[in-house]
Amino acid sequence: MSFLDLDEWLFELARHVELVYSPLADIKAYPEHVDVALVEGAVANADNLHLIRQVRERTRTLIAFGDCAVTGNVTALRNPLGAPGPILQTLYVERADMSGQIPDAPGIVPALLGRVLPVHAVVPVDLYLPGCPPPAPRIRAALEQILAGGEVLLAGREMIKFG
Amino acid sequence: MAARTFTINDQLVSGREGETILEAARENGIYIPTLCHLDGVTSVGACRMCLVEIEGSRTLRPACVTQVVEGMVVHTDTERLRNYRRIIIELLFAERNHICAVCVANGHCELQNLAIAIGMDHVRFDYAFPVCEVDISHGRFGIDHNRCVLCTRCVRVCDEVEGVHTWDIAGRGADARVITDMRQPWGESTSCTSCGKCLLACPTGAIFRRGATVSEMERDPTKIAFIVAARDQRW
Repeated sequence: MSFLDLDEWLFELARHVELVYSPLADIKAYPEHVDVALVEGAVANADNLHLIRQVRERTRTLIAFGDCAVTGNVTALRNPLGAPGPILQTLYVERADMSGQIPDAPGIVPALLGRVLPVHAVVPVDLYLPGCPPPAPRIRAALEQILAGGEVLLAGREMIKFG
Repeated sequence: MAARTFTINDQLVSGREGETILEAARENGIYIPTLCHLDGVTSVGACRMCLVEIEGSRTLRPACVTQVVEGMVVHTDTERLRNYRRIIIELLFAERNHICAVCVANGHCELQNLAIAIGMDHVRFDYAFPVCEVDISHGRFGIDHNRCVLCTRCVRVCDEVEGVHTWDIAGRGADARVITDMRQPWGESTSCTSCGKCLLACPTGAIFRRGATVSEMERDPTKIAFIVAARDQRW
């Protein structure tokens, strides 16, 4: 949603890039030889883990996009509670309004990892874009620098404040 | 009081005898980052953010508790110091569960401000994700240990300014926690006067006003020094 706040600059961006993969676009597999990937969210389950490794292999510049990707953020709140088993038991069975059961559909519902991890704890990350969400001017500043080539420098409250 | 002339960052400065490097630097408009320091209460040199290099000294020294010496040569902003300061801030973030996005102090937090100033765009250390309690047994205030950096500003302001010493530290290392009275719930503390000075002193969202939600805890820690100065003039 914050990305959409780029408003008319999205047209400018569209002149320079070709969108080859997105959770919102109907593209099944992550393609090869991608220049830049904005990775949103932490690594929380087996599917995330598989995809992020694929993304790293096939992408030149990997950007951890937003606090969840950079720190784990709210999605990592479960980490102090330990392994996911007892948490699922509490939420889906003990506190269920009606006959509760833990979702179990191998191949459809991915298994949770023991801990939610920030992206850079799993694969090397090239650029960090903190913020919850990163405000549009921050996204634009980063993308403009990437489009211009050369080293990307983000500093100061407007660029790297968490939260 | 005798004057002391010395150098900070190649700038000739003067301070008073008995003054700390931090005080002298501030009087001369030189910024040294601090976290556990709070004007109005005793400095303890706990957080190590204000470490400076002194030529001829083998070790780095905390500016908030090191007195000025005639002719000393101080550096406050070297590559080495910037590196250590970033490590300190990253370790503080990794040590507890600091989630800025849902914190009452988001946008008004000294830890967050230091992270920005030091250029922290991510934490290179593994997060510890410790189990920390939230105590909202007090009628007006709460303490969330997830956000505590153990600066002890609450402990010192309660002891030295309010004269009560409700707060203290219990445990060691990663198990250290600020506590009220004999580690009983804050609401059951018999010594707490509910003055709210700990709330004013807290640099993060650890001590908060009950009912405050995300980004709502704005406070002015300089009020503590104001109270202390006002008393000095009266008595």
